[in-house]
Amino acid sequence: MALLSKKDTNLITDPLADNNPITIQVLGICSALAITAELKASLVMAVSVMFVLGAGNVVISLMRNIIPSKIRIIVQLIVVATLVIIVDQVLKAFAYELSKTLAVFVGLIITNCIIMGRFEAFALANGPWRSFLDGIGNSLGYGVILIIVGFFRELLGSGTLFGIPVLGDPIEKTGLYATGYENNGFMIIPPAALIVVGIIIWVQRSRNPALVEEN
Amino acid sequence: MLEHVELFFKSIFIDNMVFAVFLGMCSYLAVSKKVATAVGLGAAVIFVLAVTVPMNWLLDKYLLQDGALVWLGPEYADYNLSFLSFILFIATIATMVQLVEIVVEKFSPSLYNSLGIFLPLIAVNCAILGGSLFMQAREIETFGLAFNYGVSSGIGWFLAILAIAAIREKIRYSNVPAPLRGLGITFIITGLMGIGFQSFGGMLTGGGEETEEANEQVNQVIQPEMVTPVEEVVVDKNEEIDEKVISYNDVNK
Repeated sequence: MALLSKKDTNLITDPLADNNPITIQVLGICSALAITAELKASLVMAVSVMFVLGAGNVVISLMRNIIPSKIRIIVQLIVVATLVIIVDQVLKAFAYELSKTLAVFVGLIITNCIIMGRFEAFALANGPWRSFLDGIGNSLGYGVILIIVGFFRELLGSGTLFGIPVLGDPIEKTGLYATGYENNGFMIIPPAALIVVGIIIWVQRSRNPALVEEN
Repeated sequence: MLEHVELFFKSIFIDNMVFAVFLGMCSYLAVSKKVATAVGLGAAVIFVLAVTVPMNWLLDKYLLQDGALVWLGPEYADYNLSFLSFILFIATIATMVQLVEIVVEKFSPSLYNSLGIFLPLIAVNCAILGGSLFMQAREIETFGLAFNYGVSSGIGWFLAILAIAAIREKIRYSNVPAPLRGLGITFIITGLMGIGFQSFGGMLTGGGEETEEANEQVNQVIQPEMVTPVEEVVVDKNEEIDEKVISYNDVNK
């Protein structure tokens, strides 16, 4: 590829699998769990984080030589907070219902550990283009997990995807419900998200034994 | 007084920071390998929440809310600065954490030694910002309640990290499937604990607004009926006793 060298491509593909921010680096768990009861909310959250992390990485990378290291945390927080305010205002203007669902979790992107983690680990030491790719890669890795969790929780919990019924009508007993299938209400409550993520980690580490932790 | 007690138990058990809304999960998972360190971090979280939530309550009340600036004069009544709350809250938290660190180091070196390393970590703990944002979202009314909310949600977080640290110390001796070791099993245990904490949901009658309304409706429905069945039962019992008496008499005869 002319646009991306091999090293640059790795910046995007690594976080998708073997260096996933959620399952391997253990960053950004808070929001991943709380808003994944619906696929739509997961998708919007993933896109918001992609915007904040991509743009934030570029800004921090451009300023990396002029930020005094003692106050870098506060500078980083201000940059993230500004970007998150933009996301929040855009959501309120164009998707008001959804911004009500996400509620305080949009604000909590500020303290999403992925963002500070990538600023500290990558953007402070690399140029803007590579930082941008790193930001996009990591937010894709984050988004993939969010969407997988959201997909299973919404499908098994409510029998819908993006709010559209896909398994038939539970009241009229059509489709799959005609065979006696019931929605699993357990998938809607918050702790189910933890168990779904636990299972994703299990599957991922079974496929790649190098990732298994010493107890 | 009652509202204080209610908020206190509600924020510890029902709206537990970790099990109900998953705040502060990153440090919860990273610093829960040993009970001693978990206690240190938990104490620091209680402390910082107790300081920052009331601070941010004041900011929200006198600076950010719609029409909050009216104390400057009537011409400021139309300003609504609430879009600035994220940036002001996080700035308050970052500076307060720094300030608390300096003050604690100066006046209580022993506390500083036990909390010290955790304090900088806390500025980016979602539980702290989450505490302030939920305080704003739930429209907590007074300064005292805001302080109460900060302390009690801190205690909830403390209990959660203490419990998981104790379980992780013990689970080291168990034969967990290799791919689940460490992170995976911690997630699943937290999920199970979360399900356990769901059962606290019915502990208080005045939960959220919806449940409160629901309870009121239930009470309205139940109360008129409640009185009559009891009387009827009493009457029934008397009748039964009479019957029994009669039957005994019959037997005796």
